[in-house]
Amino acid sequence: MKDRKRIKRLNPLRAYFPIFVLPTLAAFIIGFLYPFIRGIYLSFCTFRTTSDAKWVGLDNYIKAFNDEGFFHAFWYTALFTVVSVVVINLFAFMVAYVLTRGIRGSNTFRTVFFMPNLIGGIVLGYIWQMIFDGILRNYGTSIVLDSRFGFWGLIILMAWQQIGYMMIIYIAGLQSVPEELNEAAKIDGANGWQTLRHITIPTVMPSITICTFLTLTNSFKLFDQNLALTNGAPIAFTANGAIKQTEMIALNIYNTFYTNANWRGVGQAKAVLFFVLVAVIALIQLRFTRKREVQQ
Amino acid sequence: MKSKDFALDKRNKPSNIILTIVFSVISVIYVLPVLVVLMNSFKFNEYVNSTTFQLPNAMSFAGFNNYIKGITFGNYPFFNSVFYSFTITILSTILILLCTSMCAWYLSRVNNFICKVVYYLCVFSMVVPFQMVMFTLSKTADTLNLNTPYTIPIIYLGFGAGLAVFMFSGFVKSMPLSVEEAASIDGCGPIRTFFQVVLPIMRPTIISVGILEIMWIWNDYLLPYLVLDRKLYMTIPIHIQYLQGSYGAVDLGATMALIVLSVIPIIIFYAVCQKHIIKGVMAGAVKG
Repeated sequence: MKDRKRIKRLNPLRAYFPIFVLPTLAAFIIGFLYPFIRGIYLSFCTFRTTSDAKWVGLDNYIKAFNDEGFFHAFWYTALFTVVSVVVINLFAFMVAYVLTRGIRGSNTFRTVFFMPNLIGGIVLGYIWQMIFDGILRNYGTSIVLDSRFGFWGLIILMAWQQIGYMMIIYIAGLQSVPEELNEAAKIDGANGWQTLRHITIPTVMPSITICTFLTLTNSFKLFDQNLALTNGAPIAFTANGAIKQTEMIALNIYNTFYTNANWRGVGQAKAVLFFVLVAVIALIQLRFTRKREVQQ
Repeated sequence: MKSKDFALDKRNKPSNIILTIVFSVISVIYVLPVLVVLMNSFKFNEYVNSTTFQLPNAMSFAGFNNYIKGITFGNYPFFNSVFYSFTITILSTILILLCTSMCAWYLSRVNNFICKVVYYLCVFSMVVPFQMVMFTLSKTADTLNLNTPYTIPIIYLGFGAGLAVFMFSGFVKSMPLSVEEAASIDGCGPIRTFFQVVLPIMRPTIISVGILEIMWIWNDYLLPYLVLDRKLYMTIPIHIQYLQGSYGAVDLGATMALIVLSVIPIIIFYAVCQKHIIKGVMAGAVKG
């Protein structure tokens, strides 16, 4: 209440809406709000460009649900997400744990492990494509010939890129563990594993939540790396058409839009479904974070 | 003094020395991919695939041929892409920092109904994946002539406003009111108060947000690919994808040379701002 009065004293600020907020708001409407609302509307239409939209109701959604390729992309993405979340967080935590024990060269290691994070997805994809093909060539195959190579290749790529990022967050979390707690545990005769299990992990739980959800959404929304590394190859032919074996959801939506102009409505419907999925993940995350705050 | 001795003692424990050695090996493996790219950028195309992990020898050594080839390859000069990448990144980052910091300050200080609506819309936009708006956004940008490197910053401001407003608002809420009050009692109008009092206090957050925006925009592929008029303007990621994606049998050596050229600015940026980058990442992560 008192704050309100104090803000009132800054009252002339209120009249400055056009200068302070309007530029951002206008750009926000152009760059996000209008395209978003228009996108929802278009998911119920058939269209080639945005001006010739014709209302078709739920037709696009039915087509999307009957699209084998979309389902394959969904399960492929889900599997990829689970594996990458586990791999990245496990290694990132281990590295952070060692680097906070005060070993020689910690800062150099931190710098090195974070470096790949600054390289963009497209460039990363081509770097690793060359490396994998350089290895697989000795066995007479290539990353685009077997979906297993594509899957694990993308896992290795993502791990290389993201371990450093998550490591930074874990280091921050581990440094906030009070030294007295560790000492108390030592005096009480806890061994290294017990200290880790009962002191360290519970205290860095917030970092674990943040990193889990960051890797979760990063993997789920992955596009650039997927496009550059395999672009969905290899293709399996089924009775109803072709399925790209290593195509993830984001790439599937993109290909639906831009390979067949008659399917743009379906692409938009898939995009809405994708948005709903991501929003659900975000809501679950919010609940997790809230719960944690209550406990504290 | 005592604690320092203790720390030294800790570092020289045998188990920690072993860990240092293990991590040194891992670090070397970690930078290996980049070194392999550098190595292959000096090899002729046919040797990149067959002898990927060997140093160039007299037969395969191509000197700077790949660089010359890569720069002039295709019908679009590589340095134009470099120029546009820089232009877009710098202009967009400046625009985002300026507009969203002003916006966030106003939103958290005035905090009436409209402000709350705008703020929650911004938070909401962080959740929405780009595929949701990509088609309609590129059409909107075309209609409004926002498809050049000099106008695309407006699109970046719009699509990137969410995170920036969120981070700035979080900081403004923790800022003491008394400084701004003092300024207004001394007769500062809101604009002067913002630029002379609030902005300097915001400095650490400005750096954090700026780092995050630079990392995002410099590496972004799909947004500029769909929004920009592709015949006239490319960025580095678009250029590399264009060479690799559209020509089936592209010169791998030349691509490696271009990748090296595109990684150099990143390495310089990292070397100069390392501390800020790591701080920025931590600040951004807390957004949750």
